[in-house]
Amino acid sequence: MPLLEIRNLHANVDGKEILKGLDLSIDAGEVHAIMGPNGSGKSTLSYVLTGRDGYEVTEGEILFDGRDVVEMDPDERAREGVFLAFQYPVEIPGVTSMTFLRTAVNAVREHRGEPTFDPMDFVKYVRERATDLNISDEMLKRAVNVGFSGGEKKRMEMLQMAALEPRVAILDETDSGLDIDALKVVADGVNAMRDPARGMLLITHYQRLLDYIVPDHVHVLAQGRIVKSGDKSLALELEEKGYAEFLENAA
Amino acid sequence: MAANSEAIEQVRSIGEQYKYGFVTDIDIEFAPKGLNEDIIRLISEKKEEPEWMLEWRLKAYAHWLTMEEPTWQKPQYPAIDYQDSYYYAAPKTSEKPKSLDEVDPKLLETYEKLGIPLREQEVLAGVEGAPAVAVDAVFDSVSVATTYKAKLEEQGIVFGSISEAIKTHPELVRKYLGSVVPHGDNFFAALNAAVFTDGSFVYIPKGVHCPMELSTYFRINAENTGQFERTLIVADEGSYVSYLEGCTAPQRDENQLHAAVVELVALDDAEIKYSTVQNWYPGDEDGKGGIYNFVTKRAACRGKNSKVSWTQVETGSAITWKYPSCILQGDNSVGEFYSVAITNNAQLADTGTKMIHIGKNTRSKIISKGISAGKADQTYRGLVRVQRGAKGARNYTQCDSLLIGDKCGAHTIPYIESQNPSAQVEHEATTSRIGEDQLFYCQQRGMEDEEAVALIVNGFCKEVLQTLPMEFAVEAQKLVGISLEGSVG
Repeated sequence: MPLLEIRNLHANVDGKEILKGLDLSIDAGEVHAIMGPNGSGKSTLSYVLTGRDGYEVTEGEILFDGRDVVEMDPDERAREGVFLAFQYPVEIPGVTSMTFLRTAVNAVREHRGEPTFDPMDFVKYVRERATDLNISDEMLKRAVNVGFSGGEKKRMEMLQMAALEPRVAILDETDSGLDIDALKVVADGVNAMRDPARGMLLITHYQRLLDYIVPDHVHVLAQGRIVKSGDKSLALELEEKGYAEFLENAA
Repeated sequence: MAANSEAIEQVRSIGEQYKYGFVTDIDIEFAPKGLNEDIIRLISEKKEEPEWMLEWRLKAYAHWLTMEEPTWQKPQYPAIDYQDSYYYAAPKTSEKPKSLDEVDPKLLETYEKLGIPLREQEVLAGVEGAPAVAVDAVFDSVSVATTYKAKLEEQGIVFGSISEAIKTHPELVRKYLGSVVPHGDNFFAALNAAVFTDGSFVYIPKGVHCPMELSTYFRINAENTGQFERTLIVADEGSYVSYLEGCTAPQRDENQLHAAVVELVALDDAEIKYSTVQNWYPGDEDGKGGIYNFVTKRAACRGKNSKVSWTQVETGSAITWKYPSCILQGDNSVGEFYSVAITNNAQLADTGTKMIHIGKNTRSKIISKGISAGKADQTYRGLVRVQRGAKGARNYTQCDSLLIGDKCGAHTIPYIESQNPSAQVEHEATTSRIGEDQLFYCQQRGMEDEEAVALIVNGFCKEVLQTLPMEFAVEAQKLVGISLEGSVG
């Protein structure tokens, strides 16, 4: 059974159909990349999968571990192990990153029936993961994403992923706004999270990210559907030819 | 359940000790309903007050009769019939709940969340036949207080009920009572001056740094102070005291109107930190049965380099109407006001502060965080006045409002009056909503709606909450979350 299976997914935003019968299947241990032109529905897909308000599924199924999650609230899905690394991480003034992380990790652990962390133990738990991502204690004391640079925000997303240990991780344009050094740090973070039990979905516009995180499968999303699937070489082909072919076909 | 029965057992055993150790039977005597000179004479007589005290009360009463109830505030309420109330030892009414079964289940849920033992829940909920004191809290504090009492006395600190102080320290009380909030100050303050039954009195002698946080918890029978509480705190030259008022548990009371007066006096180089957590019963979802909390709180920074810091966390009451203020008389004196006001459901609040700059180089700082949810309405009303002689005065005001949902309201009304050209007055105000993007971000990390709101709001209030003493701050954070339950989704 696939870890995540999307069948004939149709979804509306503001009454307009954005996803028009999308099929995708991700097995545990696999990394998939979805590429597509602007406006093809990439970000919509990430929000539909995580259950954001205003992203309405009109048809189809999202099976996580064989169970349809369409009716589940965003926080329930998250506790079940669905994680989204945001393209634009949100600021929460006055709440330190450490407190935010601990609240999140404890919510998930409680759901799993695991013991929750007290603040002291948690500092240790986070430090182990923060060092690899080049995140200092000082940064953990700052309010969530407030005054963070683009690179810092993305690294903080990676730290959250590492701390939450999700079963499916969706990374929405994680490469956007990163210089090459920051990109390498983030990619190392993602690669370190590859695991036989975990599935990953990379959503990206450029193939650059895939030089550092090599996917098992690559899909092209255009006009709300997967129009082509292949291996890593498809990404290179896209880079060369662009998306024009798919836009024409669909029109 | 195990924890509960254990708690009951513990409270029971404490109750027995308490019965034989401390409690004296209070004669139930009460005056008839209504307010007149005879009632005031009776109150004064029962309390064995000296003549000057009675005269002061009568003067206040005479003044009150000439006054009109103010109507400029934003929250409106039905007319109060002052002749239809008891002003001395009200008898038990049949309206009191007979057992916890008759108490608003939402209130009980909150008690449970705060981990309050059953017996104490009865006291807080005003159940008939419940012990006259909050057994648990008071027992704990009795032991703490007796331990510390010797220590406090050793240093010459006076800490007790104001009734007692009128008898034991008449010269101090007479000198300072009404010196900050005069008997005719305003309608409710005048009423309080005429009929107040009890409250706290604190005196910190010259140069003494009070070694512990003083809390109303530590005073036996504190809950008998009734609806017209009167508190007076005097910090003599070079002294320091931190005082805590209230508790996080929601308290019921059969008196709907609460009109307390708090006066603080800081002499040269003295500092007073006054922290309040107010969580009176807000009423049901429509505000029915909730308490009107109309309080006059004022501090005189009388001496040079004196400092008064007000911190308040207001989450309860149907209507909150108060402006803890500082009169900055002494040169270089400092006034601070940190406030978190949360209104949910049908709650109304009109609160803020007044900073009156009189002395040279006086400084004031106002940080106000208002949170409105449900169909609640909230007003920040603040006055910063710089008088002619207040050369070099400085004020910084920051008022932030946070809205949850689209049926609530927030208003900011700052009054600024400056008569000295060298003064610097800054005012910043923001109004925002809890963003859908913030909520979704938290939810995507596994947090439930309410946990997410509590986290975001605690972040919003952080600057104020961190000015509270440690043990209060932790409870207040929990309270912020509980107060906003049901505000989203």
